[in-house]
Amino acid sequence: MGLKDFYEDKKFVLGRLPFIQYSAIAVFVFLFLGIWNLQILKSKYYKEQAEKNQVRSITLTAPRGKIIDRNGQIIVDNRPSFTVSLTRENLPGIEGSLELLASGLKLDIGFFKTQIDRHRHQPGYLPITIKEGLTIEDLSFLESHRLEFPGLDVTRQPRRFYREGQLAAHLLGYVGEISEKQIGTEEFSYSKLGDIVGKAGVERVYNQILTGIDGQKRVIVDSRGREVKLLDTIEPIPGNDLRLTVDLDIQRAAENAFQEKAGSAVALDPRNGEILCLVSRPAFDPNSFASRISKTEWDDLISDPKKPMQNRAIQSRFPPGSVFKVIMTIAGLREGILTPEYSDSCSGSTVLYGRPFHCWKKGGHGRVALHEAIVNSCNVFFYHVGQKLGIDKIAYYATQMGLGQKTGIDLPGEDTGLIPSPEWKKKVLKADWYLGETISVAIGQGYVALTLIQTARAFGGFGVGGILHTPHTVSSEELAKWGKTVNRSTESRFELDEQTIDIVSKGLWGVVNEWGTARRAMIPGFDVCGKTGTAQVIGKEAQASLGNKKEEFEDNAWFVGFAPVHSAEIAGAAFVEHGGHGGEAAAPILHDIFKVYYDKKNRGKDEIQVSLAQPH
Amino acid sequence: MLGKTSLYLKDFDWFIFLLALIIAFVGVVEIHSATQYDRAENFYLKQVYRILIGLVLMILAMSIDYHTLAENVPYFYIAGILSLWSVLLFGRKISGSKSWISLGGFEFQPSEMVKVIVVLALARFLCEIRTEYLSGKEIVKASAIFGLPVLLIILQPDLGSALTFFPILLSGLILGGLRPKWIMGAIILSVIVIGLGWYNLKVYQKERIYTFLEPERDPQGTGYHSIQSKIAFGSGGFLGKGIGKGSQTRLGFLPERHTDFIFSVVGEELGFVGAATMLLLYFLITMRSIHVAQTARDKLGIYIAVGGTSVMLFHILENMGMVVGLMPITGIPLPLLSYGGSAILSTFLFLGLIINVRMRRYVN
Repeated sequence: MGLKDFYEDKKFVLGRLPFIQYSAIAVFVFLFLGIWNLQILKSKYYKEQAEKNQVRSITLTAPRGKIIDRNGQIIVDNRPSFTVSLTRENLPGIEGSLELLASGLKLDIGFFKTQIDRHRHQPGYLPITIKEGLTIEDLSFLESHRLEFPGLDVTRQPRRFYREGQLAAHLLGYVGEISEKQIGTEEFSYSKLGDIVGKAGVERVYNQILTGIDGQKRVIVDSRGREVKLLDTIEPIPGNDLRLTVDLDIQRAAENAFQEKAGSAVALDPRNGEILCLVSRPAFDPNSFASRISKTEWDDLISDPKKPMQNRAIQSRFPPGSVFKVIMTIAGLREGILTPEYSDSCSGSTVLYGRPFHCWKKGGHGRVALHEAIVNSCNVFFYHVGQKLGIDKIAYYATQMGLGQKTGIDLPGEDTGLIPSPEWKKKVLKADWYLGETISVAIGQGYVALTLIQTARAFGGFGVGGILHTPHTVSSEELAKWGKTVNRSTESRFELDEQTIDIVSKGLWGVVNEWGTARRAMIPGFDVCGKTGTAQVIGKEAQASLGNKKEEFEDNAWFVGFAPVHSAEIAGAAFVEHGGHGGEAAAPILHDIFKVYYDKKNRGKDEIQVSLAQPH
Repeated sequence: MLGKTSLYLKDFDWFIFLLALIIAFVGVVEIHSATQYDRAENFYLKQVYRILIGLVLMILAMSIDYHTLAENVPYFYIAGILSLWSVLLFGRKISGSKSWISLGGFEFQPSEMVKVIVVLALARFLCEIRTEYLSGKEIVKASAIFGLPVLLIILQPDLGSALTFFPILLSGLILGGLRPKWIMGAIILSVIVIGLGWYNLKVYQKERIYTFLEPERDPQGTGYHSIQSKIAFGSGGFLGKGIGKGSQTRLGFLPERHTDFIFSVVGEELGFVGAATMLLLYFLITMRSIHVAQTARDKLGIYIAVGGTSVMLFHILENMGMVVGLMPITGIPLPLLSYGGSAILSTFLFLGLIINVRMRRYVN
């Protein structure tokens, strides 16, 4: 097969070659302009971009300040916590590894998958946090599988550590990632997205003092985000340590006294308002919030019918029962209705406004003088006092003692409690006041409902001669140290006279020390004074019809007191939900609290371990 | 035949040969620089071996008279079709397409070899046409010769490779002579094809086109390559950061750095001076190849030289254009510079054919 190659044959083709040639030249001019554009015209811009590519700022989280008790014992500090995160870009085929990872890290595979799924639309180079607070087992698992999972990185961060778990959980509060709502508010003006902030309790109220200033590390990273070289470091400044007025030994004693019971206890120094302990049960473990708490865990806490998140010392109100008789006594003495010689007769019940009102003692107390009425907590006696005083006078004295209003404690969410009045009922319930309702109020039932903190403050206030201080967990001096001034000049007085102080003090002393209702609160040598309360949850008849089976309808038990009798140093209130009789359930708790205080005081201020081998 | 070759040896094109060696050498240096922290493989050494094999193929391609090659082209063509067919049947799947076949442990992409065969086949067909313009029938025949292997490659599916075949047909038809009405028809037809094709593109393919037009719309996804390539290339500035000192390359921000984006590495490390020099070298090879066509002994030589040149030119345009952000991202390598076996071999084969045409330019 001969291929023709005559010159004239090439004529047409050769004539079209320049077109190819010019096209080629155009291509090269085009490419040259492209190169010129990037490397000459825009080289400055791309040099900056290259710089940005490699230099990454890494936040060095500043540890929060420690929280210590009044004697310097650490309650809350920080622990290094290891977090493992996944960079999907570096772990292709992640789906195949999920099962092994989940079982190795003891994660729920379903939860794990949704966690990964949520980040599906984010770029693969962004790390996803898989698990925080790694255990030794987790770390060794990751170490031994390092080569199989190149996309996993373990980082170290300070994590809040509540040394004694549930201890004082409601007082201390907990920390968590700042919410979008909180960002930009005055309270969190120093915080930015992703910061860990105080969410409740002391952690929240004193967040600014406790929060440090994050540092920063600038590093050169490769495209996988791995650090190649360190450029510079700004060290983080830890937050300030905060000293509480709480005494850890007293707090521990109070916690232990509760065992498994639900309720609350608070103790304070009535001379200045310093909180010595605050317990609320059931509690939660703030450590579980220190890392991202899982949705189900949170829902469980929120929807738990036992309300473990509720601070029962300040956020709940309860009918005070017989505790209220102390207010009645003070009001009666001040109004001249009661005198030292006054006596009444109790037959077990009395009929007032056409309705029978019962005493707790079936056969009645017989002839009772004022002192016995307090010590034995005679209902009939105080029904009559209430009838004579009228609801307005009762409300006047109760309000004067700080009841039915916030104390101003430095913890969030305080409740007011309620001292009812005809005006209140008209306004809120749109109904007229029945005189029979006054009789119920006289023994702390009916509408009257108090918080523990205000009741403890009122008793302590009486113990120091009628002065009410604002309860607080951090002293003004401590706050001044961190540049915060606080206005606690809201201390107020209520009217007392020598005779009233004398009679009421003797009565409250008798309750504890004279075979009264609260013998279990007695501490030899410390002159504990107080009053029990046994507040009905439902009527006596209904209760009887249920037998003794239903614990949730069991009476609530109160004991409120102070010590020593003539110059109070400590005051407190204890409350046991469905605990039954105040003297049996609540008095021992306050006993334990006062006992530790008393023992510590006697043995000096050194750190001591107190044995609580007291029989209840 | 070999004796005859020695007669032509004085006409061996040292110019093209040296240009090709310089480019290949720079390629090896930059491949080493781009992969020096990859512990897995010695890419640059593998590239050296491939260049050596390429040189052998080049010498082979220039030794046998191109007329003889053209005479036997039907056999090559059938072999090429069979190899593409076997790839479809037995080929290895790499990143979604069956375009690789393993021959005695050597990973091999038959489409690259078929490219050389298609250049020869079209040249053989077109050189026998004496009229000023191609007839419609001839255009259909030429398209069929070209179309069969390209169709098989599209089926693999390897659209990128198939795309690199089109310059062969285009340059062949341009030289063969297209009537103005045909050109108009082609323009209208291509508008329709592009329009229809757009609706049949896969989502990821469309996304690539969107991202080409505006890489910043998806900086971490499909736009990542383009942005990182421009950053690496642009940050090289006038003089570059020095060989082995390209931070974007070294830290791994630049993807596919030793293969498709090797020119970014050149830009980052050798700067404008280096990149423009490389462009100049390619320009000189291209101009020399066109000059070979101009001085070729016959039309067969012209078609072979232009066919080979147009393929290389298209690779250069697409790859460099992609690196500097002027062309969309495709997996088309840069001749002689990119790491990769089959492409290097086909490039040396084309250069061998061009030298072949040049050596035999004088009518005896």
